[in-house]
Amino acid sequence: MSIPTPSVELIRTQIAERQTTATAVAEQHFAAIAADDATDLPLHAYLTLSRERALQQAARIDALADRGDPLPPLAGLPVGIKDVLSTEGIRTTCASRVLENYVPAYDATAVARLEAAGAVILGKLNCDEFAMGSTTENSAYGVTRNPRARSRVPGGSSGGSAAAVGGGLCVAALGTDTGGSIRQPAAFCGVVGLLPTYGRVSRFGLAAFASSLDHVGPLAHSAKDCAYLLEAMAGHDPLDATSAMAPLANYVAGLEAPIQGLKIGVPREVFGAGLDPEVEARTHAAIDILRGAGCTIVDISLPSHDAAIAVYYVIATAEASSNLARYDGVRYGRRAPAASLANMYRQTRDQGFGAEVKRRILLGTYVLSAGYYDAYYRKAQQVRALVAGDYQRAFGGVDLIATPTTPTPAFKLGEKADPLELYMADTFTVPASLAGIPGISVPCGLAHGLPVGLQLMAPAFEEERLLRAAHHFESLRGF
Amino acid sequence: MPDININDIAALAHLDLTAEEATGLQRDLEAILGYVARLSQIPTEGVAPMSQPLAPDAPLREDHIRVWFTPAQALANAPAARDGMFEVPKIIDRG
Repeated sequence: MSIPTPSVELIRTQIAERQTTATAVAEQHFAAIAADDATDLPLHAYLTLSRERALQQAARIDALADRGDPLPPLAGLPVGIKDVLSTEGIRTTCASRVLENYVPAYDATAVARLEAAGAVILGKLNCDEFAMGSTTENSAYGVTRNPRARSRVPGGSSGGSAAAVGGGLCVAALGTDTGGSIRQPAAFCGVVGLLPTYGRVSRFGLAAFASSLDHVGPLAHSAKDCAYLLEAMAGHDPLDATSAMAPLANYVAGLEAPIQGLKIGVPREVFGAGLDPEVEARTHAAIDILRGAGCTIVDISLPSHDAAIAVYYVIATAEASSNLARYDGVRYGRRAPAASLANMYRQTRDQGFGAEVKRRILLGTYVLSAGYYDAYYRKAQQVRALVAGDYQRAFGGVDLIATPTTPTPAFKLGEKADPLELYMADTFTVPASLAGIPGISVPCGLAHGLPVGLQLMAPAFEEERLLRAAHHFESLRGF
Repeated sequence: MPDININDIAALAHLDLTAEEATGLQRDLEAILGYVARLSQIPTEGVAPMSQPLAPDAPLREDHIRVWFTPAQALANAPAARDGMFEVPKIIDRG
């Protein structure tokens, strides 16, 4: 069914040495996608395939190889793109009915940079509608299944990205992370997911959900492949006013430097109620491996940890209610037929948005409305500063912070219907999003037979350290 | 329990909810806001609100004219267009 999952370096080397071609690699993946679609329980990771664009790019790479020219770093790498990132000429739905026929006239910078580095874009990946959710069940186009257990969710919101990588339907993927939407599905599907520092990767061309929290980042089989993708995408983009000028590191070259002597903080607040005992055991075992590699493990405290979810669901929904005001049936997307403009807006939005998107728009509208702004929105922004301050203080004494990525492994499809209960599943991933610091989820074993992720977090712009620790951990974990 | 009139909020958000949707969403919002109420217990006197993680460190782009889209490209996704413009239902009906 799925084909063996190679790496960035393996594919580039095989193409350079003429053992295969970029075209053959792309065709193998399209065949794997079609074969999976024909199974009884398909992953349903892709919403749209971009075959023509993929084969044109593959032909360009093959022409370079034919001439013996040097290949770009991601030469021939088959990638999938979460369907909230614009792709010129390729339908971009945000997994919403409101954009079911939207075809952008431009590429997101992250997409353009991957392609410029040689990647071959196979298509657009399913996700929760406008990236709002933790299971990919909020897609208007049907659920995506977990490649490790098809009765279970792949996580979300970048569930299609994690399932496609884990299921061998691409070698790497782009996701977006607003409160855990790269790291959580990576953990659930047994792959690696990197949340870069806020501002490290351009968001030009990303359909905005919560602008002070949205990040673009890679999912792949290894920290090394994530390093390759980050290296291709990172850096200032004049088209994104929030993109940072901070200097870049050599993310791939830095992976082999030693991790001996790194101080890793383990916050005591995470080992409490709601944490699955097997997930807890795998996390402790992973931390022991890092200790065995010469890292010093330090007990730390993040006193505002328990407030993070409440802060997140005020700020993210407030920003979403504003960002999603643009979907009104005037310039793009679905329009409901109505005699007056006001009714057209209301009916377009009611028919175009799913339940979770409406819930968040309403919550955000409420917390921003006159009389409630100070009590909810301003208060949440103040507590956000406390959460971020906890991390800043902790990083005064440690180099990295380690936690489980999620409190439990992947749940069953349809198992969690209560919105608040689902929001709680983001408890370990939301703080890094609020603080704007980088985080990574790396597979660290199984709980109840399902993948578990170890989350590592680093100070802002220290992705090199984060990837290096994850890379060493992968070589020591024994699978 | 917070005071929520779901239909007033829906009107502000330009959403036209069915009665069934309104009932369910009212219940959800009450539960979520009930949980969020814990923030009021956290002392924040003198704490500056954090609106984004890091202050932007990049200068703004030069204010040069650049052609991004042709009018045809800009209108390509429009549900209705006429004479190079987006077309919408009447805003004021003069009878």
